[in-house]
Amino acid sequence: MERIGIFKQIVSNPYEYARNWKEKTGGKVIGNFCSYTPEEVITAAGALPFRILGSGATISKANAFLQAYSCSLVRGALEDSLEGRLNFLDGTVFPHTCDSIQRLSDIWRMNTNYAFHADLIMPVKLDTESAEQYMTSVIRKFRKDLETGFGIRINDEMLQKAIQTSNQVRASLAKLYEIRKNSPEKIKSSELHAVFKASMVMDRNQLADALRELITFIENQKVAKKPDSKRIVLTGGLCSMPDIYDVIESSNGAVVWDDFCTGSRYFEGRIIEEGDLEKNIAQRYINRIVCPAKHSGIYARGNYLLEKIRENHADGVIFVFLKFCDPHSFDYPYMKEMLEKEGIPSMLFEIEEQASSGGQLQTRCEAFMEML
Amino acid sequence: MTLTEKIKDPEKEKRKIKSDKKMRDLMTAYYIEAKTPKEQTGKKIAWITSGGPVEPLQVMDIIPVYPENYGAMIGASKMGVELCEKAEQMGYSSDLCSYARADIACATVNGGPIGGLPEPDMLICCNNICGTVLKWYEVQARYYKVPLFILDTPICHTEYNPDMKRYVTTQIQEYIDFLEKICGKRFDYDRMTEVGKLSIQGQRLWQEILDTTMNRPAPMTCFDAFFHLAMIVTLRGTKTAVDFYESLLAEMKERIAQGIGMLPQEKYRLVWDNLPVWYRLRWLSNKFASHSACLVADTYTSGWCSSMQYLDENDFLGSLAEMYTRIFLNTGTDIMADNIVKMVEKYEADGVVFHSNRSCKPYSLGQYDIQRIIQEKIGIPTLMIEADMSDERNFSESQIETRIDAFIEMLK
Repeated sequence: MERIGIFKQIVSNPYEYARNWKEKTGGKVIGNFCSYTPEEVITAAGALPFRILGSGATISKANAFLQAYSCSLVRGALEDSLEGRLNFLDGTVFPHTCDSIQRLSDIWRMNTNYAFHADLIMPVKLDTESAEQYMTSVIRKFRKDLETGFGIRINDEMLQKAIQTSNQVRASLAKLYEIRKNSPEKIKSSELHAVFKASMVMDRNQLADALRELITFIENQKVAKKPDSKRIVLTGGLCSMPDIYDVIESSNGAVVWDDFCTGSRYFEGRIIEEGDLEKNIAQRYINRIVCPAKHSGIYARGNYLLEKIRENHADGVIFVFLKFCDPHSFDYPYMKEMLEKEGIPSMLFEIEEQASSGGQLQTRCEAFMEML
Repeated sequence: MTLTEKIKDPEKEKRKIKSDKKMRDLMTAYYIEAKTPKEQTGKKIAWITSGGPVEPLQVMDIIPVYPENYGAMIGASKMGVELCEKAEQMGYSSDLCSYARADIACATVNGGPIGGLPEPDMLICCNNICGTVLKWYEVQARYYKVPLFILDTPICHTEYNPDMKRYVTTQIQEYIDFLEKICGKRFDYDRMTEVGKLSIQGQRLWQEILDTTMNRPAPMTCFDAFFHLAMIVTLRGTKTAVDFYESLLAEMKERIAQGIGMLPQEKYRLVWDNLPVWYRLRWLSNKFASHSACLVADTYTSGWCSSMQYLDENDFLGSLAEMYTRIFLNTGTDIMADNIVKMVEKYEADGVVFHSNRSCKPYSLGQYDIQRIIQEKIGIPTLMIEADMSDERNFSESQIETRIDAFIEMLK
């Protein structure tokens, strides 16, 4: 689909996009690692929030800083940084998530030279009042830190506008999921994945417009309805393997939902646009479904998965984790058990190195789809 | 038994720490009480993380039990592999923390050292040591269906700010409310003052004991500290710990007075970083001793008094938040590096041995930087050993032996 072209182009070289953006606008680019990054505050500062996923290049320099038992995201990002591929960054933001990202923040701060470095030490438990208050104070501090760091002032109007843009983007991304769920023939999952990856690095105002245009186009196009296929829910951390979507689709499957931080966790939850804006931002990150590195009750993620399966009439679940991702690995057995009790088949795929995992994924995925 | 085995080597006997037996007896008594049926003791059991605030539990007459201490026991009794494999069959990845894997598996079987831990009435999880404990305790909260309290201590990469202080201080009150609700009785603040004093006393004594190795020859090594550590972890805030450490300290002072070192010959003095390799303590200890290399200090056992400076003796409860938030593992890699540099200077060490521990990412990631910092700042040799604290499958003896030998050559 040609409307997807602009997104695909950005995804093919997000670093080049950021460099060009910077040259054109003279703005700052702020790298970040996690769906808990309050992008709104960065956008309000006139900067570009840029989600770092790693280019997937071979690891060499990073081996001198990180043990082999850290995940490919952590190693890949550091490799890109040490190799100078991220020289367009003016700063980096590390929200508190897992142990590996916490230590990466230290290593990054000690060995790279970006002008701005922020640790957003958010609460880990999200289901208490004191955690909510603390989360708000972290957002307030981040706004101040950005102001000091870049010698700017972020007034409420700027913040409000950024929140509005964010809400528009998230509503559009949610709409795309809705379209895919009801008419999978209208947008392929691999295409949707490209849209998401681009969304996390693109100029958010341009993104809001591009997404609106994309939706109008998709809704108006006439595509023949496809025969029924097996409906799959994906769950895990970040998915940087577009192959998985092609494999599922070529095995007569359709992805109907996901619980990825590069998917539904990125768009779920609207921020209230009036009143205490920082508090409202905090509310969104507190209430959204949790990343397993955070706590919101002991069954939060399992219940969410079942709810999404029911809502989307799914036939099976594929767990996709990065190898060495502790939080996801700890949640897997109980979530799998919950699925078994409901008679929902599932499969686990661990991604070690992105480049070399393709073939294995294909085989395992095909076998799973056949079993369904 | 042959005759030669019966006769004890007087040289070895002299160097043995006499308090070892006392320690063993006290720990046995502690586990016997913990394992006595609750109807008899009338006490509730709390499972708590090693870095968690145990003092309020003592105030409430709750018996604290430490799955991490148990993980060490599992490792030391070489049951780690079997239990870890069991956890892997349950679906837990072999890349996860071996303490967590072993403990999760052990809960479901009849077995393990001392026949398993007593079942908890509550779970107290403080994430100042890692994010792993959060996930581990969630697993156990689902398994035992008991209340879980999380003390969330924001990591202090470069600072401990007022927002953090407010958040953790509020949670200390929430912790007390949680305990009052479960126990159905009021929290005794006067007793807290008493327990707080004992906790501080215990920590000071422990630090003093560790400091005795500043003497040449060192009256003990870090391998002895790994053993005697159990007391400050499990019985912190009790008179038992204070009394025991007083006698241990006296023994160390006596050894110094008599010039008794732990090693027959002490040529090199080393600092150890990270958790012990529990299933190979003796092997490692003998290996280093054979080179006359004495591990005089370590970052691990001193961790239990690493943030004592933030405690206020006159307001224990009020300073608890900062003390537990600022433990060394909950700080930035550069702060951890400074800590080792200071230890090297204090104990006049000739080298540093790092255990790169697959099970512990917050402790291990960043070690390469710390290694470089030590080389830059003090220019002494360092050694990196790749292993795991309780899962023996990650220990390659021949490779480690070669590395240790090469490292000792560098010290010469």
